[in-house]
Amino acid sequence: MSDVKAATMDSLWTGGGSPYAIGSKKFGMWLFIISDALTFSAMLMAYTYCRVSTPDWPTPFHFSPGIVFSSIMTFCLLSSSLTMVMAVHAMNHGNRKATVGWLLATIAGGLAFVILHATEWHTLIVEEHVTIASNPFGSPLFGATFFGLTGLHMTHVIIGVIYLSIIAFAVGRGKFKAEDVEVSGLYWHFVDLVWMFIFPLVYLLSAKV
Amino acid sequence: MSDHNQEAVHQVGGTTKSFSVVWVILLVLTGVEVFLAYEQVPLLIMLTALMGLSVIKAAMIIAYFMHLKFERFSLFMTLFPMLVLCIILMLIFMPDAHRAFTMRPPV
Repeated sequence: MSDVKAATMDSLWTGGGSPYAIGSKKFGMWLFIISDALTFSAMLMAYTYCRVSTPDWPTPFHFSPGIVFSSIMTFCLLSSSLTMVMAVHAMNHGNRKATVGWLLATIAGGLAFVILHATEWHTLIVEEHVTIASNPFGSPLFGATFFGLTGLHMTHVIIGVIYLSIIAFAVGRGKFKAEDVEVSGLYWHFVDLVWMFIFPLVYLLSAKV
Repeated sequence: MSDHNQEAVHQVGGTTKSFSVVWVILLVLTGVEVFLAYEQVPLLIMLTALMGLSVIKAAMIIAYFMHLKFERFSLFMTLFPMLVLCIILMLIFMPDAHRAFTMRPPV
């Protein structure tokens, strides 16, 4: 047995080994997540620069419905992250039926987020006449940064919902391994993580106090 | 051989109880952020406090939900120092945002 172990250690440096002790799919997803994190960092940084340097920054979010809505959206995403962890946990124990159940719960959380977000966009665009280039409250930069940031994030959520649906369907039919569910989980948690920065920066800093 | 390794890797990790505890902590921190938003403090202090809390929340999600706490340290070292350095480089622009008020010529 120790010979096998020694041979594995050797192969770390001769190729064919797995220095991080994870599969290539998972490592690929991690690399994607880091590069996507840089994209979001740059956008959040640009937003924060505009926010701090603009005296007449609009504060269109009243406590109700704006902040209450976005808090519920945060709750939806955080809870869907928990159900995603449970899905990965169930799949690691070989329980495919429970995995599909938890994945469906995660998808439901994501869909609730998208529906609430779309409602909010609708209110801002139709009732309060906020566009990418103008708004009735103050600096026109608000629309561009708000729709740019939340739009990119919502795109990620929608892609995540499609991704998880495919995984849930395949797992239900007895395909895919535990690693595949875990990799989709990494993506979903990343989407949640990005929202943890968008929520305070975009919503709480533009709250009508 | 590689199949055997994959099976072994999936056995480590947190328990469902520890994940639930992390979830509750994340919800509480979110509540604190919403509470802070309605305190009358200067913008920069508010920004710092909110970002501090968000970094804590992000770290908890990465460590427990994304499982990084239970992976090899070399994976963390490959991925995160570069990300943190890049974000610090972007922060170079931030002081300008605050000075921009006083730098504008009088109208």
